[in-house]
Amino acid sequence: MTRFTSLLGALAVAGLTCLAAPPAGAIEVQQVKSPGGITAWLAQDKLNPIISLRFAWRGGAALDPAGREGLARMVAALLDEGAGDMDARAFRAALEDRSIGLSFDSSFDEFGGSLQMLTEHRDTAAGLLALALTRPRFDADALTRVRSQALARLRRDAESPDTVAQVRLFSEIFSGHAYGRRSRGTLESVPRIGPEDLRRFQAERLARDVLVVGVAGDITAAELGRLLDRAFGDLPEKSAPARIPEVAPKIDSRTLVARLKVPQSSIAFAAPGVKRADPDYYAAYVLNYILGGGGFTSRLHEEVREKRGLAYSAGTSLYPLRHSALILGGAATANARVKETLDVVRAEWRRMADGGVSAEELENAKTYLTGSFPLRLTALGGIAGMLLGMQIENLGPDFIDRYNGLIEAVDAESVARVARRLLDPARLLVVVAGEPEGLAPTE
Amino acid sequence: MSSIPRAALAAVFLAALGLGLKPGTAAAKVFGAESFTLANGLTVVVVPNPRAPVVKHMVWYRVGGADEGEGESGIAHFLEHLMFKGTDKRPAGEFSRLIAKNGGRENAFTSYDYTGYHQTIAKDRLEMVMALEAERMTGLAITPEEVDRERLVVLEERRTRTDNQPASRLREQMAAVQFYNYPYRRPVIGWEHEIRALDRARILAFYRRWYAPNNAILVVAGDITVAELKPLAEKYYGAIPAAAPIVRVRPDEPPQTAAREVILRDPRVPQPTWSRSWLAPSHLWGAKEHAYALEVLAEILGGGASTRLYRTLVLEAAIADNAGAFYDPATRGPSRFGFYASPRREIAPEKVEQAIEAEIARVLAGGVEKGEIERAKTRMKAAAVLARDSLEAGAQALGSALAVGLGVADVESWPERIGAVTLEQVNAAARYVLSGTGHVTGRLLPAGKTEP
Repeated sequence: MTRFTSLLGALAVAGLTCLAAPPAGAIEVQQVKSPGGITAWLAQDKLNPIISLRFAWRGGAALDPAGREGLARMVAALLDEGAGDMDARAFRAALEDRSIGLSFDSSFDEFGGSLQMLTEHRDTAAGLLALALTRPRFDADALTRVRSQALARLRRDAESPDTVAQVRLFSEIFSGHAYGRRSRGTLESVPRIGPEDLRRFQAERLARDVLVVGVAGDITAAELGRLLDRAFGDLPEKSAPARIPEVAPKIDSRTLVARLKVPQSSIAFAAPGVKRADPDYYAAYVLNYILGGGGFTSRLHEEVREKRGLAYSAGTSLYPLRHSALILGGAATANARVKETLDVVRAEWRRMADGGVSAEELENAKTYLTGSFPLRLTALGGIAGMLLGMQIENLGPDFIDRYNGLIEAVDAESVARVARRLLDPARLLVVVAGEPEGLAPTE
Repeated sequence: MSSIPRAALAAVFLAALGLGLKPGTAAAKVFGAESFTLANGLTVVVVPNPRAPVVKHMVWYRVGGADEGEGESGIAHFLEHLMFKGTDKRPAGEFSRLIAKNGGRENAFTSYDYTGYHQTIAKDRLEMVMALEAERMTGLAITPEEVDRERLVVLEERRTRTDNQPASRLREQMAAVQFYNYPYRRPVIGWEHEIRALDRARILAFYRRWYAPNNAILVVAGDITVAELKPLAEKYYGAIPAAAPIVRVRPDEPPQTAAREVILRDPRVPQPTWSRSWLAPSHLWGAKEHAYALEVLAEILGGGASTRLYRTLVLEAAIADNAGAFYDPATRGPSRFGFYASPRREIAPEKVEQAIEAEIARVLAGGVEKGEIERAKTRMKAAAVLARDSLEAGAQALGSALAVGLGVADVESWPERIGAVTLEQVNAAARYVLSGTGHVTGRLLPAGKTEP
């Protein structure tokens, strides 16, 4: 519900996917090791002649060099713009003529990709992926084109209240840290990115030691071993050393306003969160569902939308990063009603911090979170994404079987404790993009 | 509860995903869907997909924005929101609470031709969902206060989707200009002043007129068979009496010969965008024999980065950041065939317009090439195979097709029919639509910034 499109790629979604695991035993996870030594987790599924791969390299846009913000995402946009002997037109035609879906993206913490193909085009698809990863051309015309597209996107985003609010929120919370920069870069940084930056990224980041692969579909372990070698076997062994420092979010009770001439303001807010490996993670997960995560039934939805008609959507989500963590929230409301909406959000923050959750709310959250988890596993892309996320987050191959137990173990006391830890109205930073009325900005 | 006024983008979306009409060969069916009809007229479709013990349950009503009366634009969508309130047996909000408590996800959407409600849930909870959904088919209970409060939500939704976005405002104004008479000229979400004027009595009258088993389609996709579903459908939906036969009267569209131009300038537009669209036949309206060929034509011209428009404007001439074509074949009324482009910042938009006009002229003069047709057909048939993967694609394809008046066979045999399209048919369809003079050109342009 937070519509965090600017910073969040496929990977973050893959990470969340893990939280809704499948019914015990419904998916058999095979740990595959290729003849060349590349590992992947596989869920074989012969229902249709389709194979889905999700892969990622640890280390994403947060590693963009200073002044070259946007580099990882530029690489992502350029890898399918020509490789080997094929220029962009030939490469895209080779993919499209076989309906091979190949895409790349980068979040702060991982650079990732997705490959989907019909079984009959398996070998061709793997070969094209290998070319894109090891012999991308980064032709001058392709770079100019992708840069033009990236800049157009940035200019549009500068007029989009949602994006303006979210970008401002992150720049405040993580000022001075890599997470405070836009992964899409800026109008200043994107034009500076040149072929040498792209090549350095490719050589230093896309290495086998930080590669993670999840696969689902019509392929055996032995066939996958050969495919892995073909697709990833020529990558360098080692990535360049890289380190992102841990960072505590800088969050206070301010309300900042970014002026935009729009009839409806976008509201983005953030509180401290929990990292994926935090012992309180599952308690926070249940807490978030009750507070603002559950579609049409959360407290925020009920108070903001159902009782007062203040917004079309209002909600929160956990936003764990590798080196920090947030709870993010958002709503959009007419300029005249921003203040009332914020009053409701703050009141809910306080109510949860003071009173925790009722036994009924807790029970309903558990039955939703356990009952809905197989819904994530109805398509190959979702299954491959879960297998990827389980590896990235070190959840273990039995995570799917353990998931229900992890949720069931959360009790009201731990939810209340986590609520007190995270939901302090004095630590709820708000950004409003629009022309809110009756609001005294505290900056 | 999001209702998705898909109007303008439906074509792009459906064509891109191949969902407009999905596929199926008689020999190797696309989805292997089966259907039957209950005595009260409810059409039931089963789309088997045994991967997980999960089902997607959808009820589609053959009513949408295009069935609204004068002065009541937005009523179909407003009703969709109110369907999440109570029934004569159940308090407001209980529906959603029960779905969530049982691990289900749900939502709804409204379009010009249909309104749909759907839940995805573990198979062993299907019966509960059917009981709930059947209850609100005819048992909706709403208060004037609920209507007034939900109106605020709908207005916020309108601001989010339309008022806050210059590109959406232009699309809305273009539709109003594209259709002289057919109700597709009105926005699905409704004009603001008409949303404000809708009241409970009018909304309930609309509900009673259109929500009935004989105007609905039940689609269940997932780990389910006809033998399993039929008794449940009989038990819950079969008990609802049929309404009087549905009478649908939509004013038809006269011939269009005048070119029109719609210009929207806004200080929040950083770079111009351009589009042009023609009225076009669909599988159900106008010169229907051209519809499959138009699907192939849209794929040849705008189906990807290696097809004509993107290749020539973006990759070769390097004058645009993006370019493509759109066409939605599955509309009850007139469809549109069109083109769009985002000129590069340093390029005058007229230059891009001229380049697209040149591409259109090239198609009209020289036709498309045999190789292009074969490549397009191969991609489209592959899309039909890929669509089998998810629960959503099959349910969406069958539901939308049946809701506009097509049949299961139209969906299941889509690849064969696409495969049978000839070069001559594509060229004839291109001439039929694109040589017309009655097109609408939309220009989204920056306006001088004024300091706030």
